[in-house]
Amino acid sequence: MQTVLLTIEKKVSLTIDNKKVRVPEGTTVLEAAKKAGIHIPTLCYLKDINKAGACRICLVEANGSLQASCVLPVSEGMVVKTNTPRIRQMRKNILALILANHNSSCPTCVRNNNCELQTLAKELNLREEIFEKEYSHHIDDFSPSVVRDDSKCINCGRCVNVCNDVQTVGVLGFVHRSDRTKVAPVYDKSLAELSCINCGQCIVNCPVGALREKDNTDLVWEALADETKHVVVQTAPAVRAALGEEFGLPMGTSVTGKMVAALRRLGFDKVFDTDFAADVTIMEEGTELLNRLKNGGPLPLITSCSPGWIKFCEHKYPELIPHLSTCKSPQNMMGALLKSHYAKMNGLDPKDIVVVSVMPCTAKKFEVQREELAVDGIRDVDISITTRELARMIKEARIEFNELADEPFDEFYGDSSGAGVIFGATGGVMEAAIRTVADILTGQDIDEVNYEAVRGVEGIKEAEIQITPDLKLKVAVVHGGANIKTLMEKVLSGETQYHFIEVMACPGGCVNGGGQPIVPDKVKMEKDVRAERAKALYYEDSAVLPWRKSHKNPSVQRLYKEFLGEPNSHLAHELLHTHYVNRQ
Amino acid sequence: MKQVHFITELFDKYDGRDLLAYLNAGGFTALKKLLDTGSEAVLAEIDASGLQGRGGAAYPTGKKLRQARAEKAARKFVVCNADEGEPGTFKDRELLKRNIYQVIEGMVIAGICTQSQEGIIYVREEYTNMHDEIRSAIAECYKHNYLGKGVLGSPYNFDLKLFSGAGSYVCGEGFAMCESMEGKSGRPRSKPPYVKQEGFLRLPTLVINTETLSTIVSIIKHGADSFRRYGTEKSPGTKLISISGKVNRPGVYEIPFGLTIREIINDLAGGIRNGKKGHFVQIGGASGGILPERLWDTRYTYEDLAKAGLSVGSGAIVVADEDNSLLDYLKVVQDFFRHESCGKCTPCREGNRQLRFIFERITNGTATAADYANLEIVLDVMGKASLCGSGKTEVVPFRTAQRYFPELFMTKETYAAKKAVV
Ligand SMILES: Cc1cc2nc3c(=O)[nH]c(=O)nc-3n(C[C@H](O)[C@H](O)[C@H](O)COP(=O)(O)O)c2cc1C
Ligand code: SF4
Ligand code: SF4
Ligand code: SF4
Ligand code: SF4
Repeated sequence: MQTVLLTIEKKVSLTIDNKKVRVPEGTTVLEAAKKAGIHIPTLCYLKDINKAGACRICLVEANGSLQASCVLPVSEGMVVKTNTPRIRQMRKNILALILANHNSSCPTCVRNNNCELQTLAKELNLREEIFEKEYSHHIDDFSPSVVRDDSKCINCGRCVNVCNDVQTVGVLGFVHRSDRTKVAPVYDKSLAELSCINCGQCIVNCPVGALREKDNTDLVWEALADETKHVVVQTAPAVRAALGEEFGLPMGTSVTGKMVAALRRLGFDKVFDTDFAADVTIMEEGTELLNRLKNGGPLPLITSCSPGWIKFCEHKYPELIPHLSTCKSPQNMMGALLKSHYAKMNGLDPKDIVVVSVMPCTAKKFEVQREELAVDGIRDVDISITTRELARMIKEARIEFNELADEPFDEFYGDSSGAGVIFGATGGVMEAAIRTVADILTGQDIDEVNYEAVRGVEGIKEAEIQITPDLKLKVAVVHGGANIKTLMEKVLSGETQYHFIEVMACPGGCVNGGGQPIVPDKVKMEKDVRAERAKALYYEDSAVLPWRKSHKNPSVQRLYKEFLGEPNSHLAHELLHTHYVNRQ
Repeated sequence: MKQVHFITELFDKYDGRDLLAYLNAGGFTALKKLLDTGSEAVLAEIDASGLQGRGGAAYPTGKKLRQARAEKAARKFVVCNADEGEPGTFKDRELLKRNIYQVIEGMVIAGICTQSQEGIIYVREEYTNMHDEIRSAIAECYKHNYLGKGVLGSPYNFDLKLFSGAGSYVCGEGFAMCESMEGKSGRPRSKPPYVKQEGFLRLPTLVINTETLSTIVSIIKHGADSFRRYGTEKSPGTKLISISGKVNRPGVYEIPFGLTIREIINDLAGGIRNGKKGHFVQIGGASGGILPERLWDTRYTYEDLAKAGLSVGSGAIVVADEDNSLLDYLKVVQDFFRHESCGKCTPCREGNRQLRFIFERITNGTATAADYANLEIVLDVMGKASLCGSGKTEVVPFRTAQRYFPELFMTKETYAAKKAVV
């Protein structure tokens, strides 16, 4: 018999700016005000992640006394005022104090026009910086992925909480006291020297320009201007689901056609789709799974397309390295194929080809530099830029993005299936793999391709899929460091057993990657970025693309027939597979 | 009746270390009384005494113990606050050094009264030299069953250990202390929930000052009435004060509430050194108020000091003579706070940065009208919007100095203009 737990939610009534509000006990005044349509300004607060009550911008008068509303629980009969002259003045003064420790240089700042501090100064109508300025000038730019500019840091602690609690990497912390307090990589080292997984989650959660990606757009401009180079670009699935936000389009708008058009305007010789390589990944990884099932392991097989996860694994769980798929990530498979097969077909010297990738991810910048990701000394991918950097290039080239007519990818390497496109959302790789593996094992062309159990933003998803009468595939999908830690510890202890696990380092998968457009906390309070952007991908999968299974992609079929032979063939291994490093 | 010996009754009656000697001098009779009469009677006695916390906040101790008792949890803690971080304060050190058993007795009583089974003495890091003696006193008490399982054959268990402080002033604040004991950097948390609800390890925790604990023991031993024989209606009893600065006999004295500041300085501390004239005192620690010599006839009570904009605070009194410049003095106070601020919240972190700039200019004579205007803003933000008591009370010395020495906080021009109007 099941016990039914009845929890009676206690409600509390209070007044906020003369409005009566009734909310569950334990709600904060900030949340209660939001329900009443009153937006209290915040800065250090980060929904579900950082509730420090430290910046003090969210002060309100509660029963006459000044309190930080983000940490103040409601109480019965409480009278809250959020907009009195005293509060407005106090907020301005606090903001002026913050700015005194901040290198205000908006016109040249990477966050100009998308900065919570700047917005706040505008909203609070602060007209003058009255205090003497003093700030650190230290910049840490040794990491290939993340740049920390101390001069912009306002000590809000969001990145510290994200890195520690959400990602459980823990390489950021507070050091020193008082006016020397600063947020810094632990042991005062550079992020490059630590176990930072380059995920960039700290960047997308920083309210200001203190954290940013290592900008590689100069390298791209240089390559494009070099007449001796054949410059090709590939775009990851998640990019199309978010790039439009940089041009004012609603979250979740798919902008594939405009993105391709813009890339052509920028001068790329060919515009290809990483989704093609995602389909190839499924062929390789699916075969690897089938082989491991047949040969008795090692199981679970764990996906390897998230470079953040790979580094996390190499630092924290080296004992799981044998479980990692030997497949390179789609980005690098694409690069390796472009510099071999594509070069040969087009009579190009691989040395003259520059492969640029546009990724939702900052860890890809680290990945392209990994020694083992090269064939005969030629790097698979030469330059990796993020969605944000691409947006900046488009703006710099003065391309009117929203006016562009849709254009298709270039053929063959631009052909992909719906399975490839959903790689960008958590559960996508798993779903794509099952679509193919199920067909192979049953020898049929199964109609039902939607595996809802592995979709959605829940941290750890599990499913059992009866593929054939003797095989019930047990799978798990996990995303975000903390969830990964929970799951991997269970795997290591033997508490749970799976055949196949999909892992993405970023919460929500690549759609919410560290290289994606930055969404202010105010919007995050209303919308689940992960779910909104994923919608664009599932839309393309179901309504736009002609094939929904990787092995049905005719260009992929041709690639194997004319070049690679079989999946996991000798040549495929040479080009498309890799190995890992124990970094513990 | 200038100096009295109510709390310090046993000072120098025994060496302060030997448990047997403590017992012979009447030690642990308060605990026995508690075991005989029960918690309610003892709490009523403490209520009746009117004792207020001696850690600085002056919260009624009886009420505080009852609140702690009302918290329901399988594990609850009592923490003796012996961080004694307020500059010029060294009275808890005397209590630990000269009568540690009374502090331990107070802890056991607080534990039993609040139904907590675990106690921690959080001792200032700088008092390292006393740590071993405290530990061996605790061991002695275990040996003779004043601590541990079934204290003195009663059904109550109480464990006690020492924790060496993290060496920062803010760790004296309840939450920061809990964070520090949890091995984190001592940064305060926001309230509510309060320490009494979710303190150490997020469990109910009673943080109580060393002197408060010692006083409880004396009150139980001698009765609330004998405590109330001292002091005034609103400030009953006695208080340990730490006098330092330009006096002939600096030190710790137990006084009844109600003496004037002048009496304390002249009659107890032997007057100002070298026959100099007094200038001002700071009362209650670094976060205490400034009182000019012309007001030294103010009585040392909670109520009289409050009227003057000051408070008893930690019980420190620092005396400055005519040679001391108030602005230089305040700069040192500011340096102290700037060094000690944990840096978590904007008002205190950034406020201290600005105060540093402003005081630099005020003391070297280059301050402008804008500096004085900014001083106002900074003090306003710090005092009202800081996260913890450190930032909030840091403004007190500056505010009281402004009140009693307004001419020091404006440009010469403004001052001349004001004078012309008058
Ligand atoms: C910044 C700061 C420092 C403090 N330092 C001390 C201290 O050193 N000793 C102390 O007993 N209380 C200190 N307190 C007060 C404690 O938070 C707490 O109120 C006190 O220990 C409670 O004990 P009581 O009720 O016996 O006074 C400090 C408070 C603040 C805000
Ligand atoms: S972080 Fe924001 S406020 Fe600061 S310079 Fe950049 S855009 Fe301006
Ligand atoms: S990139 Fe990721 S791992 Fe590195 S500091 Fe930022 S959040 Fe932490
Ligand atoms: S780097 Fe950004 S997120 Fe981190 S503390 Fe500084 S301002 Fe906040
Ligand atoms: S007021 Fe000062 S000591 Fe207290 S939390 Fe803020 S910065 Fe830290």
